[in-house]
Amino acid sequence: MARSAGLIAVRGGRRPLPGWAAALLWLAALWLLAGWPPRARAQDLLPVPALSARVIDQTGTLSAAQRDALEAKLAGFEAQAGPQIAVLLVPSTAPEDIAAYAQRVGDAWKLGRRDVGDGLLLLVAKNDRKVWIATSKALEGAVPDLAARQIVVERITPAFKRGDFAGGLDAGVDALIARVRGEHLPAPQRQAGGDASGLDWETLAMFFFVGVPVVGGVLTAVLGRKLGSVLTAGGAGALAWLISASVLIGVVAGLVALVLVGVLGLGSGGGRGGPFGGRGGPPVIWGGGGRGGFGGGGGGFRSGGGGDFGGGGAGGSW
Amino acid sequence: MSAFRPLLIATTLGATLALSGCGYNDFQRLDEDVKASWAEVLNQYQRRNDLVPNLVATVKGEAGFEQETLTKVVEARAKATSIQATPELINNPEAFQKFQAAQGELSGALSRLLVVSENYPNLKANQGFQDLRVQLEGTENRITVARNRYIKSVQQYNVLTRSFPTNLTAMVFSYQVKPGFTVTNEAAISAPPTVSFDKAPAAAPAASR
Repeated sequence: MARSAGLIAVRGGRRPLPGWAAALLWLAALWLLAGWPPRARAQDLLPVPALSARVIDQTGTLSAAQRDALEAKLAGFEAQAGPQIAVLLVPSTAPEDIAAYAQRVGDAWKLGRRDVGDGLLLLVAKNDRKVWIATSKALEGAVPDLAARQIVVERITPAFKRGDFAGGLDAGVDALIARVRGEHLPAPQRQAGGDASGLDWETLAMFFFVGVPVVGGVLTAVLGRKLGSVLTAGGAGALAWLISASVLIGVVAGLVALVLVGVLGLGSGGGRGGPFGGRGGPPVIWGGGGRGGFGGGGGGFRSGGGGDFGGGGAGGSW
Repeated sequence: MSAFRPLLIATTLGATLALSGCGYNDFQRLDEDVKASWAEVLNQYQRRNDLVPNLVATVKGEAGFEQETLTKVVEARAKATSIQATPELINNPEAFQKFQAAQGELSGALSRLLVVSENYPNLKANQGFQDLRVQLEGTENRITVARNRYIKSVQQYNVLTRSFPTNLTAMVFSYQVKPGFTVTNEAAISAPPTVSFDKAPAAAPAASR
């Protein structure tokens, strides 16, 4: 859009742009063009799929019922004990080694709770006839390489040899769960407590240090200091209440906003209502968009983002 | 009071911007990153060094095992452990190269040992040997990951050292670029592999990971 507008303006010359504006547009166009092919080099490696579920089957091996059963087992274990285990089936990891691909998946997904980092990945490359168990650093003690190798050799590959993929995965997951259960990991936090509040605090902080001064500046400029700061505080409080679903946080947020805008006068740039009004738009819209995004994330499985995969694990072939 | 406030805010903002703009704190942060990732590399190399004696002891029990391969592993380990692996190594490119060469030699000798061991059925059936083998492979994977992370953190540090305004800070405090890992046998890797069917695969160059 911006590029074509620039072209028309420069070529047609009907509305001559100042030189610097044209140069800026050209720069933007060049930047867009240069950034357009997003990493053509990466396409020869197998891409890491988006983490949409605990069990991702790209080979169509598992039936829906089998997948759901495995998914339910893993979800139940996570709810009960905390660690996140994911199963991924891909046709082939070529040209990479299965261990290298597992490492990339682990780096991308970061399975495991944020503050514990307890994640496990069970990867199957079906056409390569290879299995790999990747352990995050927090679970290298619970599932050392030897144990991972034993699970692969004794539980998983015998079933795979018979063609019983669901049975092998199930037995492997059972063995992994049994080993991880022996580890004394912190208990999972109750719903909507830990995991969600991290995001809320970030959102709130962003909202306070960007949104409140800007909105407060605009409102005090338009409506005067008292009314403007009260309105800003009320809005901030209501928004905080909506985001965090806690009245207390809402009230605190409102009070803080009142202090920020009304007493300290942050953001009230005297007499510069125009430029502030122009810039006041994006953060407000952006904040709203962010809230929608977080709200929508409730349905699927989400990684805790704490798992650090340092190359631990073992595998085998059948 | 209120007349000074804008001045105060402007001064504070200006000072913060000036300090953060020169990248001094970034240098400290990335330097610590590099140190930490280097410590992880050393940690994993140490783990491998600890595994080797057990491996050698197990293999020695196998009657008639190729002595040459075994002695190479022992020698390479002795050489690798003789180099003091200190965190200061990353600021001394020459010592770094030496350390890396020694570890590379050990990698080569070990992978050769594993390849040769395939020819000994007793060894293949030996559970102790197989366990050590799994642990060794796991350690090699960890070394690879640790090295990659080290390379990445060094890259960040070096970019900061060399790019504009922060290179001035680097000059003032004399921060140097840090060495990354390179392959020691560049010529050997870029040459096409020679495949010979005359003898047993004794002439095959040991694959280094």
